[in-house]
Amino acid sequence: MFYRETGQFKTSYTADQQIFPIRQDRIGVAIILAVALLVVPFVANEFVLSAIVIPFLVLALATIGLNILTGYAGQLSLGTGGFMGVGAYACYKLVTIFPDVNVIIHILLSGFFAAAVGVVFGLPSLRIKGLYLAVTTLAAQFFLEWCFIRIPWLYNYNPSAAIEVPGKTLFGVLITGPAASGVARYFVVLAIVIGMTLLMKNLIRGRIGRQWMMIRDMDIAAELMGVRPLIAKLSAFAVSSYICGVAGAMFVFFYLGASEPAVFSITLSFQILFMAIIGGLGSLVGSFFGAAFIWILPILLRVWLPAMGFDIGAEAIFQMAQIIIGALIIFFLIVEPHGLARLWAIGKEKLRVWPFPYA
Amino acid sequence: MNMNSMLAGTLLAGLAASFAAPALAADSVYIQLPTYRTGPYAGSGIAIANGMSDYLKMINARDGGVNGVKIEFDECETGYDTQKGVECYEQAKAKNTLVFNPWSTGITLQVIPKSSVDKIPVLSMAYGLSAAADGTTFPWVFNPPDTYWDALSGIIKYIGEQEGGMENLDGKTIGYIFLDAGYGREPIPLLEDLASEYGFEVKQYPVAGKEMQNQSSQWLSVRRDRPDYMIMWGWGAMNPTAIKEAVKNRFDMSKFIGVWWAGGDDDARAGGAGAKGYKAISFNNVGADYPALQDIKKLVIDADNSETPESQLGENLYNKGVANAVYMVEAIRTAQEETGKTVINAEDMRVGLENLELDEARLEEIGLKGMISPMKITCKNHSGHNPIFVQEWDGEKYTPASDWFEPMTEKVTPILMEASKEYATSNAPWPEREEPCPE
Repeated sequence: MFYRETGQFKTSYTADQQIFPIRQDRIGVAIILAVALLVVPFVANEFVLSAIVIPFLVLALATIGLNILTGYAGQLSLGTGGFMGVGAYACYKLVTIFPDVNVIIHILLSGFFAAAVGVVFGLPSLRIKGLYLAVTTLAAQFFLEWCFIRIPWLYNYNPSAAIEVPGKTLFGVLITGPAASGVARYFVVLAIVIGMTLLMKNLIRGRIGRQWMMIRDMDIAAELMGVRPLIAKLSAFAVSSYICGVAGAMFVFFYLGASEPAVFSITLSFQILFMAIIGGLGSLVGSFFGAAFIWILPILLRVWLPAMGFDIGAEAIFQMAQIIIGALIIFFLIVEPHGLARLWAIGKEKLRVWPFPYA
Repeated sequence: MNMNSMLAGTLLAGLAASFAAPALAADSVYIQLPTYRTGPYAGSGIAIANGMSDYLKMINARDGGVNGVKIEFDECETGYDTQKGVECYEQAKAKNTLVFNPWSTGITLQVIPKSSVDKIPVLSMAYGLSAAADGTTFPWVFNPPDTYWDALSGIIKYIGEQEGGMENLDGKTIGYIFLDAGYGREPIPLLEDLASEYGFEVKQYPVAGKEMQNQSSQWLSVRRDRPDYMIMWGWGAMNPTAIKEAVKNRFDMSKFIGVWWAGGDDDARAGGAGAKGYKAISFNNVGADYPALQDIKKLVIDADNSETPESQLGENLYNKGVANAVYMVEAIRTAQEETGKTVINAEDMRVGLENLELDEARLEEIGLKGMISPMKITCKNHSGHNPIFVQEWDGEKYTPASDWFEPMTEKVTPILMEASKEYATSNAPWPEREEPCPE
């Protein structure tokens, strides 16, 4: 009844090709952005910003990166954690080598190092597919993790093998380091994530994105129609790793504050992969859903279970939250194997014809 | 979508409300204990968590807190995971914890820069960043009673004694098996320094965190290299695996020495009868006969107010957890004396930790004389380089294999000061200490 596009006529190509063709969607997105920009920073306290919202946004961005590769181009990857690590270490090295350049530029540049590494490890994708490719990306993950521990140059010969984040400013406001406020970090993270998401949305709608999807759906047919697999697959690896690299740099600079190699372990790769699968492969909004499900829900459960009067130990709460999340994952994947994004799409379809069952 | 964002707003607001500082009783203080009773490091973490919480419960039950101020505390499960560590830290900060005990080198490294900004003291008892012992650079971080570098220098000193003098180390081979993470790598620079000074050779056997339970290749190399001594820097599931492998490979257990975190009773027990003779350096004694531990048994364990199985009371890691709690409680007491307040805050706690002194008489009063050595933290020295000793596994429990002795402080201090200077420059602008140390 409210969600219906009846009467919304497109009179120009621009109007027809906009990202959100339905007015209600545009209003919805505007409200979400308004809440993110105007409500969250003032309502949320330091804990909510630092432990929930900022990592959620960063992980959502990493999930978008993986989604480009796995969801849109169909190349299964288990190396996300490693690529994020490349971004983080590249950013750290850049910041220490060129301390006078703005840290935002470093973060955006560090993605290119991850992209280069991603392309190298993407080369096998020209020959192998599916699970076999997953194994080579797994090798990338282990190799990169090994590098983070064994190449002391990467962490400036720090005796604890850790990288630390110096305090850097943007327009005179501290945005990294321990003294930076949660609100400042939040705005920077939000701006980068919105910018990157918009960029990716347009990339996917364009020629390159369509090539990726053709390769994913049937590579031989795509090749016969003139898509060059070399370009398409490697560009998917490059773009995906770039996004993951930027997310990795942000993970350390805006969220963790210092990190050791164990942060970028296979666990992180799986975490991101689960976010992509639960959210829905091949969907940008799904990346946000997935990240919210895997990141925010357990924290809420851990906070709310004791508040609801479950007087049990911290570890029991922790395990209970894990059990609930696991059960929910199974439930959602049985209800809709294509993830939360598909569930959301079905919901919208239903809403369009509401109150009638079909129209 | 409209509804959706409203819902999100309400959720956020509700969430913000649920993190407001808890309304504490007027005469109590709050401490959050980040612990790990789950995950691959739980084998070490459970005993520590039990030791800490049991001692605090006992103080509340026996004395009604510290000078009448009850210690409210709860645990936050980190699973030894740095991501969860951030969450626990932010939660602890929101609830105004007096002190933060990270219990993980990775989490310690994350919270060190935040501690001076948020004004929350970090107590990393004998772990974390060794350089943090420099109180002039790290006013908010405390790592008593000893640093990792003290531990390593102590082990080398002990090996030297076994060989009949440091000069006899020349030409010997010492194997170093370690968890391949910041924790295990930190002692390497000092180990290499000492190797070139005393002329022994070091063989490194790194064990990756995810490969902790499969060390056959490392021990195959040990068998090939035939080191005269093995030193272990392990934690969690790595320790029992290493001891089992050492037994299987018939390595002479009396020449296998672990750091204090590789000295769990369950770690050694895993090796069966063959583990007899395994050694670990330590800053605390084992056993449950100390009056304070008997009070724990009477007031906490027998009152069914604890998760501790009775057999765990007095074990090595359990007693280390107790020691950690003792430092906290005594720091609260010191802070009360220094500031004249009864209900102290985190900044007072820092003062308390900085002036913490446990002499023989005080340890006697606490009821732990002989379990830990007397110690003293000063403004400049936040660790103290206190006496340590070597324990030996007799098949059932750890027994002292040496007297208390001093680590090689003269070797440790220079590299420690250098590391702390380096830390401050690489984390520039590093905040200066607010009130200078009295000369």
